[in-house]
Amino acid sequence: MSAVLAEATEPDEPRPLLRVAGLARRFSLPRTSLFGPRPELTAVADVSFDLAAGETLAVVGESGCGKSTVGNLVLNLLSPSAGSIRFDGEDLASADDTRWRDRRRDLQLIFQDSRSALDPRLTVEAQVAEGLEIHKVATAADRKIMVAAMLEAVGLGGDLARRYPHELSGGQQQRAVIARALVLEPKLVVCDEPVAALDVSVQAQVVNLLRDLQRNLGLAYLFISHDLSLVRHVADRVAVMYLGRFVEVAECRDLFAAPAHPYARALIGAVPAARSRRGRLVRPLRLEGEPPSPMNPPSGCPLHPRCPFATDLCRTELPALRPRADGRSVACHHAEASQADGLEAQGGSDASQPLKVFP
Amino acid sequence: MNLRYAAIKLLRAMITLWLVVTFVFVVLRLTGDPTQQLLPDDIGPEIRDYYRAAWGLDRPLWEQYLRYFEAALRGDFGISFRNSQPAIDLIWQRVPKTLELGLATFFCSLALGIPLGVLAAVWRDSWVDRLTMSFAVFGFSMPNFFLGILLILLFALNLRVLPSSGYGTWQHMVMPVFTLATAFAGAIARFTRSAMLEVLSRDYMRTAEAEGASRFRQVWWHAFPNAAIPVVTIVGFSLGGMIGGAVVTENVFAWPGVGRLLTSSVADRDLSIVQGIVVLVAITMVSANLLVDLAYGWLDPRVRVGGQERSR
Repeated sequence: MSAVLAEATEPDEPRPLLRVAGLARRFSLPRTSLFGPRPELTAVADVSFDLAAGETLAVVGESGCGKSTVGNLVLNLLSPSAGSIRFDGEDLASADDTRWRDRRRDLQLIFQDSRSALDPRLTVEAQVAEGLEIHKVATAADRKIMVAAMLEAVGLGGDLARRYPHELSGGQQQRAVIARALVLEPKLVVCDEPVAALDVSVQAQVVNLLRDLQRNLGLAYLFISHDLSLVRHVADRVAVMYLGRFVEVAECRDLFAAPAHPYARALIGAVPAARSRRGRLVRPLRLEGEPPSPMNPPSGCPLHPRCPFATDLCRTELPALRPRADGRSVACHHAEASQADGLEAQGGSDASQPLKVFP
Repeated sequence: MNLRYAAIKLLRAMITLWLVVTFVFVVLRLTGDPTQQLLPDDIGPEIRDYYRAAWGLDRPLWEQYLRYFEAALRGDFGISFRNSQPAIDLIWQRVPKTLELGLATFFCSLALGIPLGVLAAVWRDSWVDRLTMSFAVFGFSMPNFFLGILLILLFALNLRVLPSSGYGTWQHMVMPVFTLATAFAGAIARFTRSAMLEVLSRDYMRTAEAEGASRFRQVWWHAFPNAAIPVVTIVGFSLGGMIGGAVVTENVFAWPGVGRLLTSSVADRDLSIVQGIVVLVAITMVSANLLVDLAYGWLDPRVRVGGQERSR
């Protein structure tokens, strides 16, 4: 695993598989009064990131922060209000429908709710075969072999393949969803809370399956989750999202060892197992109040009403996501102060400490 | 499994029919002594007793019931009091005409309602949706008899392009079928739309899109077959409802079907005919529901295996 990690996080990747720049999505809501303006909700604002082949970027944040919208935008299931998405060097935001349909082979998704992600009227086999049929991959006979091999690979061989979704357990359904996404041999898979609906014991199996498949097929994952202890085991890099914006993007172990953004600290501090190998905790940060409504975001830094480091600067000026010397990007006027405060208790940064990865 | 499912549904249909036939018997006995209604008031008791014996009314109730039931099984509902022919023959003469009207209505409302409902859902909140839903509300809130009269006024009296009433050519069918079909097409369109909207919001629709399925394939291969399950229910019910609707519409357009026979027989107190029609309508309803149940099994794999796990 560590070899894969090192390879995947090679800093000077010439051309990233996916390059997202300035991505934004606003939704118009129904009018509240007959002649009033339609209120707008900004689900995603100015999101930029790169994703290399074979890499896993996790997007974390509270529910409603826009992380699923990012996934849908990348897959063009929603069209962006602004920004560009370049996949393999090709600008997808401007691609037409036919081009997109071809491209879909390379970008697949895995949903949280596997039960509803499967068409109840088709057998597992038929669902997995469908993508191949749509893209006219190989001959009918070869497709059958490919489907069988894929189902075998996710542990749904033999009799299980001919079952209907309702005849499978939750874990088996999620395996079917994974098989369905991966049979097309995509380059990028958007995993939207892929295991959140499963029991913990099954979660581990599915996560291991995803990781094995990543290793064997060289997949890149955009891994959307609110479960930080899970993210910690699967991600190479983590993007922390708050009110539609990325507030910190860092290598997974750096982030968990020493989160810089106050919101990242609050999230990571809330994970019971957020401790380094030496057993020292990142000092948790308690935020005041509830996250504000994305319909009416605060001025300046969106976190300022809840942040103990907030100053007048934060109330007026939105901090940009700035790359720092240590390789991470943080959108905070007082990131250094926040980070130092978080590490105070453990007496210095141990960001270089390797993290104990999945058993 | 499949066979067992069908057998259970068939058995249930038989039981329902038996209950209806029995109910008709009970209601008939509750309405009093038929000799009181059928014979003149001023005849002597010995004549009344003679008829009682002739019609078997002096026998114990259970024996009467068995005789009645056995006759009903043979399709014998007695003699029409008005023109002394077997009731079943009189009804049977009218059935093809009602069937003609009913089937034409059925196919027209399906052909109109389902595509409109699907399009309204696919282009939700567009002008197609608004127009379709306005049409649907108009269709099923407009009473049949009123729409029928309006149509007669417009096409028969003012424009003089269609015959106002009667039976014979295809022109005679246009207005009754239109009148009946607007109501059902409206209901079917609304049901199809809401069923489609529910299915379209499911994750597997997004999966299909992410797989690169064309819009056509998404709608007709994934969404519609799943949405069809609730639509089949309303279609099945309307199949029965069309008979009821036909009673009114047939009268407006003087269509010589079962509906007209029913209204005139009720007016004449021709009980054996009314009784026969009630049982016939019941058979239609029960068969329609049986067809719906069998269609479920074909459409929904979750029902096919015997209905467990449906709650999940």
